Parts: sequence; C-alpha cells; structure tokens
Amino acid sequence: MPLYHTEDQAMLADTARGFLADEGNIAKQLRHFRDINCKDGFGHALWKQMAELGLTGILVDEADGGLGMGHVEAGIVLEEIGRNLTPSPFLTSSVMAATALGGASADLKGRYLPGLIAGDSVFSVAIDEGPKHRPERIATRAERSGNGFKLSGSKAFVVQGGSADMLVVAARTAGDDSDNDGITLFAVPKEAAGMSLDVVRLVDSAQAAHVKFDNVQLDADAVIGDVDGGRELLNRMLNAGRIGAAAESVGVALGSFEMTTTYLKQRKQFGKLIGEFQALQHRAAHLYSELEIARAAVIKAQQLLDGGSEKAELMVSVAKAKAGKAASLAVKEGVQMHGGIGMTDEYDIGLYMKRDRALAEFMGDMYYHAERVAQLSGY
Amino acid sequence: MPDLDAFRTEIRAWLEANCPPEMREPVRDEDDVCWGGRKFKFKNPAQKAWLDACVAKGYTVPDWPVAYGGAGLDPAQAKVWREEMNRISARPPLSSFGIWMLGPALLKFGTEEQKVHYLGQVARGEIRWCQGYSEPGSGSDLVSLQTYGEDKGDHWEVSGSKIWTSYADKADWIFCLVRTDKTNKYQGISFLLFDMASEGVSTKPILLISGNSPFCETFFDSVKVPKHQLVGELNRGWDVAKYLLGHEREMISGAGGNDRLNTIGGFCKRNGLEDPLLRAELAMFDVDALAYSAMGEKFLDEIKVGKAHPAQPNTMKYAGTELNKRRHELLMAAGGSAALEWESESSNGGGKARSWLRTKANSIEGGTSEVMLNVISKRILDLPGA
Repeated sequence: MPLYHTEDQAMLADTARGFLADEGNIAKQLRHFRDINCKDGFGHALWKQMAELGLTGILVDEADGGLGMGHVEAGIVLEEIGRNLTPSPFLTSSVMAATALGGASADLKGRYLPGLIAGDSVFSVAIDEGPKHRPERIATRAERSGNGFKLSGSKAFVVQGGSADMLVVAARTAGDDSDNDGITLFAVPKEAAGMSLDVVRLVDSAQAAHVKFDNVQLDADAVIGDVDGGRELLNRMLNAGRIGAAAESVGVALGSFEMTTTYLKQRKQFGKLIGEFQALQHRAAHLYSELEIARAAVIKAQQLLDGGSEKAELMVSVAKAKAGKAASLAVKEGVQMHGGIGMTDEYDIGLYMKRDRALAEFMGDMYYHAERVAQLSGY
Repeated sequence: MPDLDAFRTEIRAWLEANCPPEMREPVRDEDDVCWGGRKFKFKNPAQKAWLDACVAKGYTVPDWPVAYGGAGLDPAQAKVWREEMNRISARPPLSSFGIWMLGPALLKFGTEEQKVHYLGQVARGEIRWCQGYSEPGSGSDLVSLQTYGEDKGDHWEVSGSKIWTSYADKADWIFCLVRTDKTNKYQGISFLLFDMASEGVSTKPILLISGNSPFCETFFDSVKVPKHQLVGELNRGWDVAKYLLGHEREMISGAGGNDRLNTIGGFCKRNGLEDPLLRAELAMFDVDALAYSAMGEKFLDEIKVGKAHPAQPNTMKYAGTELNKRRHELLMAAGGSAALEWESESSNGGGKARSWLRTKANSIEGGTSEVMLNVISKRILDLPGA
C-alpha cells in the first residue's frame, strides 16, 4: 500500500476540507460557542450536518448502516477538524465509541448506532482516572449484582461527558487494579441512577467531566464485548482514539503553520518582511520537516491499523508521540513568530496553542507513548 | 492486486533460490559492501554470486528500463522488491554512485548512446564512479567552481582541482563539473564524464578525524576529455548538477533503507543499558527514527509517481542526517568507555568511535543542513528573499 491517499480518499479529503472550512471554521464554531458560553462547547447543527454527509458513521460497518471506512478516512476528517479547531464530538463518538460498539452485541448496536449515524446522539469515553492517561491501571469496579453489575469509582477527563447520551466506561470486574485481565467495557446511559458529573471547561474551551459512579446499577446487556475479557477491545478503542488524536494534531499543526508562514510574508520590521530573516527561515524550514515526518508516521500507522498488522500498536504510539511533538513545536513557534499579537485573544494563533495542549494529553502524551515505544521494543 | 501478489511470490522464490545466506547478514564494515568496478576485489564467492545473479535479472537497478540493464519494474513492483529484500535482510547486491547519482542524471539528460553505454556498465557493476563537485574554494557556494575546460576543437583540456571526492582513489571514472565559460557564473558550467586513468589525473586521500580516508583531493593537469563525453547541453551543466544533487541528498538521507522497525534502544538494551535518563532519550530518539522511516517510505512512494515536491530530497537530507548524527551520539553514550577504544579487536578497530566521527560529515557533504534549510525556505515555503 503506497503511503499516500487513493483517489477516493483524496476526494473525501476535498469534501471534508471544503465543508469544514465553510461550516466548521473558527469564527462560526469555536469562537461562537465559546463566547456564548455554550454548555456543550460544540454545535449540534454541525453534528447533524456531518451526519448528512455520512461522516458520523464513517467507521461503522456498512451492515450496521455506516460507511464502513477505516482509520485513514477517519483521519482525513480529523485533520480538517484540527485545521479548523472545530469543536465536535467526532473523535469520542464516531471514532472511539464507534470502535467499541463494533465489538458489541446486536442489541447494543441497535440501541446506539442509529442515533450516532443520524447525528442525534453524542457519546463519550471514560477511561482515565487521574490527571495522566494510565489505562494499564483501572480501579473503577463493577461488582456482579443480581442479573447485572454495580459500578463504583470515578473517571477524569471525560471529554464531552456532559453532553453525552452514553458513556463507554472501562471498569474492572476481576483482579487487581493493575492486572491486564479482568477489564469489562460498559455502555452507561446518561440517565443511569448514581452517576454524577462535574463538568468543567478546559483551556481549549472544550467541556470535560469528572464522573462519579456510586453503585450505579447496570443490566447485563450494558456490557460491550466480553465480561473480564475487555482489554483487547479497550486497546482497539484506545488505538483508534490515539491515531485519531494524532491525525487531529497534524491538522492543528498544519493550520498553525499555514497561518504562521502567511504572517512571515506580510509582517514588516526593519524595512523588511520578517520572512526574509534567516533566523526565522531556518526555524520555519525545520518545523516543516518535523511536520512532514509526523504526517508520514500518522498515515503509516493508519494503514497498519486498517490492515490489521501486528506492527500497528508500535506505530500508533510512534505517531501519537511524533504528532504531539511536532504540533507542540508548531504552535509554540506560531505564537513566537507572531510576536505581540500572538498573545492576543483576537488572533487565532493562540487558539491553536490551547487546542494542541488538550490534544497532547488526550489518550496519552508524547512521554507516555515514547515509554510505550520503549516497552514494545523490549527495553 | 492479484498481479502484484503473483509478482511477490515470484520474487520471494527467486530470492530464496539466489540470495546466498552470507548476503543476508548485516553489513558490518566497508569490506562487506560491493562497490563493483575495475579495481574491486570480492570479499568472498557469495558476494560475487549475488551480484552476478542480480545482474542477470536486472535487479541491481530494478526500476531502470531493461534496455539499460534494469528489470523495468513499475513503482508498485519496485516496492515489492524492496519489501522482499528487507524481509530476508538481503544486502544490496551493488552499491554505487553510478546507481544513486549518475544514473538518474543520465536517464534524464543523456543521449541514447550514452544511456546504453554508461548505464549498462553501471548496472553490471563494471565501472565505479566518483563525483567531482566541490573545490577548495567552492563548498556550500558550489557554483563558484573554477576547474576549467578549454575548448580544443574535438576535446576539452581540463585543469584544476576537486576536493572531498569520495573514493576517487578507487574509482574508474568521474562525473565532473567543469567551467566552460568564465563569463557566466550559472550558465558557464558543463557536466563531463571521463576516465580517472586519463593522463593528468592524480588523487591524494585526505585523512579525516575518524582516522579513515574516504575522501580525496583530485587534481587535473591538462586532462583531455573528448566532446562526446558531455552530458546535457554545453554550459548547462548546473541543471544536471542540481538534478543529481537531489538524488545525492536522497541517498545521504538514508531514505529507502531498512524499514524493519529496529530500535536503537533495543540494541542498547542487549548491551546492558541501565541509566533511566539515557533510556528516556533513546525512547524519544526511537520515536523520531521510526517516524522518519515512515517518511522515507512515503517519500519513495510519492517520488515514483511524481507526487513528491521536487525539493523534498532536501527535507529528507536535512532530517535524515541530523537524525543519524543523533543516533551515533546516543550509541557512544550507551557504549560508555568501551566505545572509546580506537584500535582494539573487541571494538572492531574502533568501529563505534570512527562511525560516530564519520557521521559528523553527514550534515556537511552534499549540501550542509543550513543550505538544506535555505532551499526548503525558498523552494517549498516560498519565503521572501530566501
């Protein structure tokens, strides 16, 4: 498989680029919903429009009413979401929750997928339990109770949790907190008794929830996949989220970089365009090189995931770490090269820096994934 | 793609039958590399058998046309070839500046006679080439070169000197930039080919900080070069030179090298890695290196179908060489005092230290990193005044 988009993928990219530039741009979405202090932090109308284009079901099997596409295609949409800083439940709902639901019973699929595909439902994922991503350790417990389970514990950084109709929750049904086995995924509806959400606004204006489960009674049919054997499905969902976040990071980086190089060609100081100064040229060229490498790592990992390769796991971590590293450089250089106006709320470049920071943490930062690269490589 | 699957099966079977086991071992030192040429001594019969087998099928240059000694593979087939070579860790049958640099330039700028004659020799490993570009006063500012070819009717008489000529003392022929018009800086250079055995050519190896001498000074004293050995148009050698530099930069970048996802940290662990901060640096390096190997693969895929930016080899060269320098810094740190040994048997004659020092040239030869960044600024980012 060559590492560039097929004709169909290039067409999808054109569609996604045009649509998100028109409808998902910063003025219409991010700034608008931020400035009206929207409780969801994103627009349901845009979510509905994405559904009309089929995008909400992009990873859902055709048999279940979706487009049946892969991570390359989901990444194409996410890159444009990143470029426009579009607030959207796409990553948590259509990428992560949809991947988990791909391993669910026909009953659960029937309960949740039509709403997702129609753009009527929003889903979120509850995995992290502390301020850092550590899915190896899961302490939230689900004890067997009657014909189902009782869920207790707490989750953090549940992005768009406050708007979600259903949370995919990773819980422990057996073993110790750090055991690999004994994990079960649950589909927990928003009205579940005993679940409480503390919704907070993040630096990038997204809404995320701290979620508490106090003996939340769940029926047995809330289980996604196998009881105690959910680690594999959890990993599949994590890989989908990680490579999706990496693709979005690349979009954030490219959006920031395009703004910055445009500025270098407009701003004059000392009687010259600042882009004429070699000190800035070399930094911009270095940044370009880093972004090209990050893009390559991301498409490579997407293809490996779509092909079911055993190398996918390693390359997903490489891609998440590299995209995070490159995007971080892009937004920092972006603000610095804009000078004083880069510090103002009026200019968009600072919004890129904020979004990058949140995406970097989502599903593991570069340190977490570099550590994983070391472990997967046997050191 | 059933055709491609059939092709893969065919290649796999052919490699199984024809690539000797010795040629599936990692390359340990310079001796293990088959450079070909009139003066080349094969290290062992397996090296020769492997070259002969590949020459017979055109596999030394799989994507060149059959008429010029290649196998005529299309981009998808060539990728299968690389993947199958990597799968069994096969060594390249032939390494040569003729393949990496001169060949692409001749394919683009050569006459039909030149292609048939010179490319065939390159493909068969008969002639080893060196490159006459840099001069003592013309490094990064290559276009200021002074070596002069005086028009003598049916030939040029070339005088001057070149520096950093890789393996000039081992090469049979040289592709050389020669000034043929002193009044025009850019459009006064011609691209000439000539035999290093010609009267008036002499070479002198340069001892480097690594203790090795891969580069030479090369002197020309009234060397006679027949006119039919001009490539491209008279005085338009700079176009050929720039095109070829793209391929040189691609070569130095290491793109298309092994993509087997070997990590430096895994290597160091086997040698007793304990320091947690060093381990962390190795992990960050491995992220960059594995990402770069994806970039190499992507670049080759794109360049074969014309999707790569024409200036992208400069990006590859910049990133690849900076990465390689970092790799060797880390290998030295992980090796500790054992890596300092310069002559001992256990250090394979100071292999680590010498390789580390050698890599410092990576970001200088073929255009410095700073020149690469200038080119990216100008040609890719279109920054003003660059």
